[in-house]
Amino acid sequence: MSDLSSTPEGDLSPSPEGDQSPTPEQDSSAAPAAPAIQLLPDVEPEKIPIRIHDMTIAYHRKPVLWDVDLDVPEGKLVGIVGPNGAGKSTMILAIMNLVPKASGWARIYGKPYEEMRRIVGYVPQRESVDWDFPISAHEVVTMGRYGHVGWFRRPSRQDKQIATEALAKVGMAEYADRQISQLSGGQQQRVFLARALAQDAQVYLMDEPFAGVDAATEAAIIDILMELRAQGKTILVVHHDLQTVTRYFDWVIMLNMRVVASGPTEEVFNETTLNKTYGGRLTVLSQAAQAVQDYERGRG
Amino acid sequence: MTDAGWIILTGILAATSCALLGTFLVLRKMSLLGDALSHAVLPGIAIAFFFSESRAILPMFIGAATFGLLTTLLVEAFHRRWSVPEDASIGIVFTALFALGVVLISVYAGQVDLDQECVLYGEIAYTSLDTLLWNDQDYGPRPVWILSGVLIFNLLFVGLLYKELTLASFDPGLSLAVGVNATLIHYLLMGAVSVTTVASFESVGAILVVAMLIVPGATAYLWSDRLATILGIAVVLGAISAIGGYYLAGLWNSSIAGAMVVVLGALFGVSILVAPRQGLLARAISRGRLSVKVAQDHILLGMVRQTEKGAERTWRRRDALGLASVHPWLAQWALRLLRGRGLVALEADATVDLTTAGRRQGLQLLRGHRLWETYLNQLGLPHDHVHGPADSVEHYLDESLQQEIGGLVPDDGFDPQGKRIPGESTAD
Amino acid sequence: MFDFLSALHLEDATVRMVLFGSLLIGATGGALGSFAVLRGRSLMGDALAHAALPGVALAFLWTGSKSLPVLITGATCTGIIGVVLIQFITSRTRIKADAAIGIVLTVFFGVGIVLLTHIQRSLVGNQAGLDKFLFGQAASMVEDDVRVMSVMSLFIFVVVLILYKEFKALIFDPNFLQSLGYSLQKVDLALMGLIVLTVMVGLQAVGVVLIAAMLITPAVAARFWTERLHVMVVLAAVIGGVSGATGTFLSAQAPRVPTGPVMVLVATGLFVVSALFAPRRGVLARWLRQRANALRERRHHLLRALIELEERAGKARPFSTQELVDELGWERRRVTREAKRLRRLDMVTLDHKGVEATPAGLAEGTFVVKCHRLWEHYLVYRDILAADHVDRPADEVEHLLTPDILERLEEILRRDHGIDTERVVDIHGSGSGYRPAGRERGEEVVG
Repeated sequence: MSDLSSTPEGDLSPSPEGDQSPTPEQDSSAAPAAPAIQLLPDVEPEKIPIRIHDMTIAYHRKPVLWDVDLDVPEGKLVGIVGPNGAGKSTMILAIMNLVPKASGWARIYGKPYEEMRRIVGYVPQRESVDWDFPISAHEVVTMGRYGHVGWFRRPSRQDKQIATEALAKVGMAEYADRQISQLSGGQQQRVFLARALAQDAQVYLMDEPFAGVDAATEAAIIDILMELRAQGKTILVVHHDLQTVTRYFDWVIMLNMRVVASGPTEEVFNETTLNKTYGGRLTVLSQAAQAVQDYERGRG
Repeated sequence: MTDAGWIILTGILAATSCALLGTFLVLRKMSLLGDALSHAVLPGIAIAFFFSESRAILPMFIGAATFGLLTTLLVEAFHRRWSVPEDASIGIVFTALFALGVVLISVYAGQVDLDQECVLYGEIAYTSLDTLLWNDQDYGPRPVWILSGVLIFNLLFVGLLYKELTLASFDPGLSLAVGVNATLIHYLLMGAVSVTTVASFESVGAILVVAMLIVPGATAYLWSDRLATILGIAVVLGAISAIGGYYLAGLWNSSIAGAMVVVLGALFGVSILVAPRQGLLARAISRGRLSVKVAQDHILLGMVRQTEKGAERTWRRRDALGLASVHPWLAQWALRLLRGRGLVALEADATVDLTTAGRRQGLQLLRGHRLWETYLNQLGLPHDHVHGPADSVEHYLDESLQQEIGGLVPDDGFDPQGKRIPGESTAD
Repeated sequence: MFDFLSALHLEDATVRMVLFGSLLIGATGGALGSFAVLRGRSLMGDALAHAALPGVALAFLWTGSKSLPVLITGATCTGIIGVVLIQFITSRTRIKADAAIGIVLTVFFGVGIVLLTHIQRSLVGNQAGLDKFLFGQAASMVEDDVRVMSVMSLFIFVVVLILYKEFKALIFDPNFLQSLGYSLQKVDLALMGLIVLTVMVGLQAVGVVLIAAMLITPAVAARFWTERLHVMVVLAAVIGGVSGATGTFLSAQAPRVPTGPVMVLVATGLFVVSALFAPRRGVLARWLRQRANALRERRHHLLRALIELEERAGKARPFSTQELVDELGWERRRVTREAKRLRRLDMVTLDHKGVEATPAGLAEGTFVVKCHRLWEHYLVYRDILAADHVDRPADEVEHLLTPDILERLEEILRRDHGIDTERVVDIHGSGSGYRPAGRERGEEVVG
């Protein structure tokens, strides 16, 4: 009932999503070119931090990601780019099994996510949390250690120490006891990052960490990420600012309802792929997706 | 213990048990689900009565927990699978179950000793009469034993699962990622709430239990930013309401449970006004303080600017007040404060004059204002745009900030309007 | 109408009047509730009802009168104060809306209980008429009460009629409403005012705790049956009215049972029935639709298999079950079952020689094949998928491509890639285009 809107054929039916005006269909540059998607067939599955195969995701029966095939190599800072609604956050959530998959699977170092939870650190979008909750920055960061602590027990002194260090690392040491609603956007983002650091993960999944954040915070965050990369960790970042892609990321994944490209930034991030990712809507694809949804809803 | 003592103790036990769990309901934005639960367990109690044919507590707990979980399940089901909006879902489920309970009780009331009104608003006054007989020994009122058990259980629940509860309430997404099953926590909490409300029914009745669940926690939320402190305050408030409620009911000759709720409401109302930082009074005061400071600054600035123009002007009191461009009372207060600080002096002929210190302070303010204008101008704001912003910011530029800005702007000593920027030292 | 009622001073008339009163309550609640629920104000009615209790007690204390208009006025006053307080708390403190509603609800109710018990204990026996507000006792409605209620209900319905467009815009398109110059706040206020009145109308029949149900349940039930607002409102009024009348009637059979709960149970029953059996949005309808989908998919798969087999064989002939099992990868049993279904639809012939498509089956099958291949082409030529990945996504989508999507597909493939869509080549290269040997190429069947 939440998506009721007024349309000619019925007051209460959900409005069709996206723009309706027929935009010119994307022009494909050539006849069947090999997709610029670099997989790692020669590497052993246990050494691949993230491998996704044949994954299709549907929100309420409407496909948002079609048939994703991806390998993410170890020790890289990976950027995921694409227009809004392209499925970037969805892909991250799907890796963690937070959204159901219509098909396919995702593996972390060859194993399903449930078995590898400990080594995956997740930094969500800032809107996903209730910032009025009465806890301090330090307590939020300590939550990152809960996976190590276990039911019924309290975090140990060492856990709290790790949290303090993580806060210091992101430059928030003096705000440790501040209640989180008293922090600015950039500070909140840093607290989230500290939490992921405290978790001491091997693979980091970050959803738009630079959104709405000041330049100083952004620089600080990217420094930390590069440090993590130097330690051999793998970091996936959903990113929204195309200007900084070549500067920040050595591997890039370009999404628009399906994977357009995935590979080293210098090789894969170019005008052609950008056009395919951002240039115009895949009207037929969206229409087909809508047709699926309509049929499920009994309107077809 | 006297009768009054038992009654008050029962009230305290019930209120504190509820306050502990209810605080989490408030923080999870599930206050209305708690309201629904307390109503929806009624059929559970009724059925427990019919089966056990007594007022034994264990069947009641089981009945309550069952219907509490059923409520939670149904609300979720209607909301997720049938697309009913969440609040409508809650409304449908709790009213249906409550209606069922009332019908069951009224139909079978003759067969069981259960008064629907009693269930609804309880009668805590009879507590001391309802003693626990075991092996023919009188161990004190039954409700006290039951509620003590519930309180201990709730303390253990919150104590042992503190971090799980916090995590699941604050960030269910991370909770999932870390391995804490947020759904399980949710159902456990709801089950505990169901049991607690049933235990409290006998004392305060169904409808008022909700108040004991959510008002203490909400009130405490106005006083503190830390979860542990909030829980503590909520418990204390619960206890206060029990004691206060008893005496108030005596005073007004009314229901004790109702009086307890009135006390809670009064505590809440008072907190809204006087709580530090969150309270309305506190906020008004800090706003007022700011206004007074700004008024003082404006008076000084106005007088100092005049001296620049060379002519020594005598300031009549009224004109000086007018410089503040605020309500006359505020201006007068500001002027009085300035005199207290030794920045202005009131002459015998009722004119106002700047003291040396006042002149210094005024020049400092003026320097801040003009530095800021220059800085903004450097950034590209046109001349005629800079005065406004400078006007607002000038009150916040202390000396160190002024120094910093001073370092950033060219040192020709003039602002964009061509006026001189007073020097750092007490220049004249 | 009042003359009619008062002219018949029979036992019947009393019952009839009570039924009428309950019907009014249910209908008003249902109609108004539609707007309340859609506007997200479902539990505001609950809060209002609880907040009304002290008003009832205070009105009695001040005037000593227990007449309905007096009590309702008191109730309305405190009800409105309650709602205003909720707004105040939500906007000026960090207490969230749900907690604000809960706090006002219970505290006001607590005050009401204090007053009621005070009245009970200080003034002997005089609170008798007041606590029927808690559970509701429609049976004790008198003619004057019903008259008052009728007037109020009439007023409410008239306002709804007048302000219907505004309410509709408020719910679905507030920005548009504002752009027309209406004050959002005023329209909202009007709606809230009506909700207050509705609650007051029903309070003494249904009781404080359950009046929320009369606002919510019929409206939600009605929602399952329609997409149009005015239909929903009318239907909700009908469901509410039926619940009210039936509930009162049933509870009259068992005098110990108050009316409120029975009305609520009836309304809930109608809700469950609606949720299950409403066409399109109901659970049953959805299940049937999904099943029909699944069957259609299987049908298409089998027809496509037949056509592709035919393509490869180079001529039209019946195909054995085994050949179909090999082609489709299904169990034998399923092949037979689907084939039988197709025969019932006259799309295949099924005999000892095997399965063969009829012209009808051919037409539908051709369409399916064309969809499937066009889609595969699209996915490949748009660099969306490698050629070896296309089968499954095409598989799922092909059944659902509407004619205009197909048209676009054809146009794109024709224009940009020079694919002759008249001859739809199998991308896996198994045939050189489909030309059914010795048969007319069927009419384009728009699936």
